Amino acid sequence: MLALAVPLLLLAAAGRGRAAAAGPGRDALREELLLSPLPAGDVAATFQFRTRWDADLPRGAVSHYRLFPKALGRLVAALGVRELHLALTQGFWRTQAWGQPPLQAPAGAELWVWFQPSVTDVDKAWKELSNILSGIFCASLNFIDATNTVTPTASFKPLGLANGTDHHLLRYAVLPREVVCTENLTPWKKLLPCGSKAGLAVLLKAERLFHSSYHSQAVHIRPICRDASCLAVSWELRQTLTVVFDTFSSGQGKKDWSLFKMFSRTLTDACPLASQSKVYVDISPKNKEKELLEVTPLPTSVYEAIVQGDKRSYAVYDLLSPSLFNTSRSLNVQFKWKRPEDSSEMPIPVLHAQRYVSGYGLQTGEISTLIYNTHPYRAFPVILLETVPWYLRLYVHTLTIITKGKENKPSYIHYQPAQDRRQPHLLEMLIQLPANSVTKISIQFERALLKWTEYPPDPNHGFYVGSSVLSALVPSIIAMKDMDVEESPLFTSLFPSSDGSSYFVRLYTEPLLVNLPTPDFSMPYNVICLTCTVVAVCYGSFYNLLTRTFHVEEPSRGGLAKWLANIIRKFRGVPPL
Amino acid sequence: MSENAMGSTMVEEQFSLGERALALARDFAAHKKKAGGMPTAWLEKTMWSLGLEVHQQQFSHTLPFPDESRERYLVRGTNVYGILRAPRAASTEALVLSTGCAPGPHNNQAVGLLLALASYFRGQIYWAKDIIFLVNEHDLLGMEAWLEAYHDVNITAVRSSGPLGRAGAIQAAISLELSSDVVTSFDVAVEGLNGQLPNLDLLNLFNAFCQKNGLLCTIQGKLQRSDWDSLPAYARSLQTLLLMVLAQASGRPRGEHGLFLRYRIEAVTLRGINSFRQYKYDMSTVGKTLEGMFRKLNNLLERLHQSYFFYLLPSLSRFVSIGVYMPAFGFLILVLILRALDLWMKLNKTDPGGSDQLSDSDHGPSTTEAPRLLALVPPVLVCHAAGLALYYLPVLGQSVATQHFPVSEAEAVVLTLIAIYVAGMALPHSTHRVLGGPGSVAAARGWMVLKLLALLYLAAQLTALALLNFSLGFLLAVTMVPAAAATAPTGPRVLLALVLVLATPAVTLLLGIFLERELVEAPAAPGEGWQRFLGALGQGLLLHHLHGAFLCPLLALGTYPCWLLLWNVLFWD
Repeated sequence: MLALAVPLLLLAAAGRGRAAAAGPGRDALREELLLSPLPAGDVAATFQFRTRWDADLPRGAVSHYRLFPKALGRLVAALGVRELHLALTQGFWRTQAWGQPPLQAPAGAELWVWFQPSVTDVDKAWKELSNILSGIFCASLNFIDATNTVTPTASFKPLGLANGTDHHLLRYAVLPREVVCTENLTPWKKLLPCGSKAGLAVLLKAERLFHSSYHSQAVHIRPICRDASCLAVSWELRQTLTVVFDTFSSGQGKKDWSLFKMFSRTLTDACPLASQSKVYVDISPKNKEKELLEVTPLPTSVYEAIVQGDKRSYAVYDLLSPSLFNTSRSLNVQFKWKRPEDSSEMPIPVLHAQRYVSGYGLQTGEISTLIYNTHPYRAFPVILLETVPWYLRLYVHTLTIITKGKENKPSYIHYQPAQDRRQPHLLEMLIQLPANSVTKISIQFERALLKWTEYPPDPNHGFYVGSSVLSALVPSIIAMKDMDVEESPLFTSLFPSSDGSSYFVRLYTEPLLVNLPTPDFSMPYNVICLTCTVVAVCYGSFYNLLTRTFHVEEPSRGGLAKWLANIIRKFRGVPPL
Repeated sequence: MSENAMGSTMVEEQFSLGERALALARDFAAHKKKAGGMPTAWLEKTMWSLGLEVHQQQFSHTLPFPDESRERYLVRGTNVYGILRAPRAASTEALVLSTGCAPGPHNNQAVGLLLALASYFRGQIYWAKDIIFLVNEHDLLGMEAWLEAYHDVNITAVRSSGPLGRAGAIQAAISLELSSDVVTSFDVAVEGLNGQLPNLDLLNLFNAFCQKNGLLCTIQGKLQRSDWDSLPAYARSLQTLLLMVLAQASGRPRGEHGLFLRYRIEAVTLRGINSFRQYKYDMSTVGKTLEGMFRKLNNLLERLHQSYFFYLLPSLSRFVSIGVYMPAFGFLILVLILRALDLWMKLNKTDPGGSDQLSDSDHGPSTTEAPRLLALVPPVLVCHAAGLALYYLPVLGQSVATQHFPVSEAEAVVLTLIAIYVAGMALPHSTHRVLGGPGSVAAARGWMVLKLLALLYLAAQLTALALLNFSLGFLLAVTMVPAAAATAPTGPRVLLALVLVLATPAVTLLLGIFLERELVEAPAAPGEGWQRFLGALGQGLLLHHLHGAFLCPLLALGTYPCWLLLWNVLFWD
């Protein structure tokens, strides 16, 4: 162990002074909280806990875990996971009102995993993984099976270090029906080095977190470069949690807020294990007007960055700096609007989408997706991934993509048809969105009649169709600098921009609720089913008896004599008896 | 109540913004007067300040002919709606509270109450479904435009603009009509387009909350008598039942909720009544009732499906289920079937050779049956041609009619309709004599075959109809079945002709109008009745062209030709 640790330490020390941040151990924790007021007046709080471990997990060479949770580490090692992304979300991020999210997740549970090329049976590993994760996070991930798993070809790329992008090693599944609650939050909190005892995690009080408009928690594991030269691999675990608080209903129309108001707690210290602990407050001026809002207490510093094509400034509170807790024992960030906002005009995000089911009746229907590009002069392509369960039978010939009244031919289409009870439809398309346009993608479907045992207990509620995924490189209006990716807050480091002119956006549309034709599960229906079964059984056995021809099998006599005779006949070359 | 999720009434309603509702209603009225129509900007601003996500939809529609009762032809309007997004829900399900913005002082309080409810609901945390607060213009037209745009279908020729904000599958809708600051009672309207009915649970829900809050509630404008076991109470129930049958048979939506039913959204219209009764209820009580209903609907785990979709209501708390009324209808249809069987037997009996030949060789039918069947072709064709003319000509020929006669378009349409209807009875009915040769045996028995055909045709039509709209099927069956069974060229022809004319759908409609006026205790004079009849014809046509009601094509293309066949039978010789 020691023999292994010493060279690693040396390696870490060699790398551009990162060892100072990493401390004497080989792992480091950085905790961050970003508070951003949303255009519609709500407040989004995003926690991120980044654990970075300079060890080579999949080799199985490690057995001593310090900050990195052992449950996840061993899972990664045992199942040959290269990258794991799990998000559990309650609610829906309303892009139109809340703007582009730092990291969006679809309603329900989402899991996507890249396996190591050494894994031979990916499906088996995937099944095992989802079952283990189901146990770790108390979520119904064990419902992930072949009927809702797909292998996208273009939408999902590895976010960490990767040699090849052979998409056969990728599995993706969404469970839109999954309900997320405290029983999922508790195991998630337990993975944190400080638990919820110290640091930013003290704010994670379930009672308040679920008294919000949106709740999304995620776990991302990926391999990253250990240093700039990228000779060795480190593993990174990001635990993120996003909540949106509705300031309107809680504040009687006033949109002021504070940490205490949102979480009913204040910050008193940093997590002792953390090498960085910061609170960022988004104080970027809106509508070109400055000084609309006021933050107390005074921030330790102000950080400016370009995030998602927009210039943002953040007030930073460093919990590790001793000056912060000098004046008062706790930090309660307060946020005040200097004058009430009176305009209903909100900045519209460059890319947003809407999806719905159209038509009526229980025979056919249509899934329509509207994708908006509100960029004034730049067109950009977007990859759309649709996963539709098999019981909605898509008519692919009805697929129409219309932009500004004209047909828009996708430059790439990957369609994998569904197989009943085996695999869902997968439709991936690369569509060019002209500047300032709405693109309507519609496809018709027929509703299948299920077998009567396949209906859930509440068939009249409807059946969910998972969110479709939009991935795009959105051109930025402001030229972006090449920043130090490692140091920038929160999520910019998860999706680094390839060049300075565009940034990556992944959006999820609404899940859909589709009614299927359901039989009347009442007494007459049961009677019919029962009668049919009884009749079928009786008729079947009678029919069997009546049509079968019986003949008596002659017991073979004179076994030994016959055998001897046959041997003799064999020698003589005569056919046996 | 059958739905488990709406079972208990544990919650206490806390809506107390009655005064606010009235203030908003006054504001709305003032802005409506200033704008001379729907105050779109004010509504948008108010809804936004209440914390809703506001959208608007513009629509326009050109009617096939001017609607004289409402004075409109080219309709332009705007629907404004706000969506209350439920926290931690993914916008998969929604509820709708809608109210119409009518010209004049009508329905202002409904808008006020809607806004007050929106403001109260916004502050609550328990919503699991999005709630859409919709203020629509031009009553049914606006609602149709909104529903079609929401479901992205285009059934009628309404044009609407722009993409909309959506909130998933709508589970239930309540439409509100309220024109006074206080109410004495609430009337609930259930009948929708084509006589569709909402699930009985929704009605029971309303009834339960009325009883909880002590509100008086009525159906068909009739209050249930407390002594339900007495003779006058039975008479009252019968009146209510008959009114419901007439209303359902008309296929006209009794409120704005009626259009929701096509999309399988359970909906009712609640209409506040302010009469001379002593005890009045204020807005808070009304709001509490609605709050309770919405909270219950919010609890729904599945679409309303447990209770009945087919029922008749003699009072709000009692219903006649489909299992009870369907046998009665079955017996009526049985008359036709038996009569047809009788004719079939007679045909076979008088011509035993023919039927033997039919079974023995292929030559037989060609010699004896063919002229008989051939003789049937012209009357069937002529009758259906008359039906087609009845369906298409009035609307197509309105410009020709207005050029040649001093009438307006709407009058022209209705008068053409009546003219074609009457002319159909005078069409040539003696083609069989030319074809079959006079006095032949086949020609003499031709009427039997024709009647057999007409009876079976009628029976099939009425049965199919009773499954779609029981009341209409029942009314038609009650009037047409005796006449159809009795019709024959032999016997007292004048009497039979009179019976048959009385049984024609148009006369049924006329009589239905008189009966309806009688039942609502406002009997109509013959002149007024006739005016209402003309109005009903025009409205029926409009309802078909604007909302796709099937009554008009059904009568023109199905029942009327069938009746003409019977008329042919009567005048066979």
